[in-house]
Amino acid sequence: MAGASRFAQPLLRLTIEQHQRILAHCYFGLPDEACGLLAGPVVAGEATGNVSEVYPAVNSDASSRTYTVDGRDYLRASRDADARGVDIIGVWHSHTHTDAYPSPTDVRQAVDPMWIYVIVSLRDEVPMLRAFRIRDGAVAECQVVLQAGHH
Amino acid sequence: MAVEVRLPTLLRPSADGAASVSATGGTVGEVFVELVSAHPGLKGQLIDDSGSLHKFVNVYVNDDDIRYLDQLDTKVGDGDSISILPAVAGG
Repeated sequence: MAGASRFAQPLLRLTIEQHQRILAHCYFGLPDEACGLLAGPVVAGEATGNVSEVYPAVNSDASSRTYTVDGRDYLRASRDADARGVDIIGVWHSHTHTDAYPSPTDVRQAVDPMWIYVIVSLRDEVPMLRAFRIRDGAVAECQVVLQAGHH
Repeated sequence: MAVEVRLPTLLRPSADGAASVSATGGTVGEVFVELVSAHPGLKGQLIDDSGSLHKFVNVYVNDDDIRYLDQLDTKVGDGDSISILPAVAGG
């Protein structure tokens, strides 16, 4: 289709501070995978891509190969999002030795087709953060925009 | 007894888009039966075929995970809040 973006909607808009908090939590989690949640507005059942808050969480698997967001951390994040009038709109986690792309496990276990799945690769010296939608087993990339200041 | 049930975005399409619904029951299981009766789309998303809590769902009564209480027999009372959250995992 002429003019079509190779990226799926929505754009994921992170502030520089949010981006840094995600990367820092991923490095602190080494050698294990690290994870956390994203909160933001939902309009007509779809995330707008704006991010109100990022919530670092414990990886209760304590594993370099898999992650599970600690349930209590999720509950706390969910309540904070409620208080802000937004919703949990996605999850982020690190890949310590592989690409910033959903693994077969990530695709199989994707929770919510509305969510945005952020993956941070720490394989190389420079970290790589990418975002995806995962719907019915299909992966589509979302463009990530970094912004100064607050949403 | 009326309790508030908080739904994750995943389950809201099955509940007319509501972020939370009110339901009655003396236990989490009774509340879920009423919930499924009012919103049949939730059937199979909360309880598995054997009648146990679905393994991909975590349920909290206020701050407590019902897996460490009495599971679906966990008692609830007026003003309690039940939070349903999907298990979030990957590799």
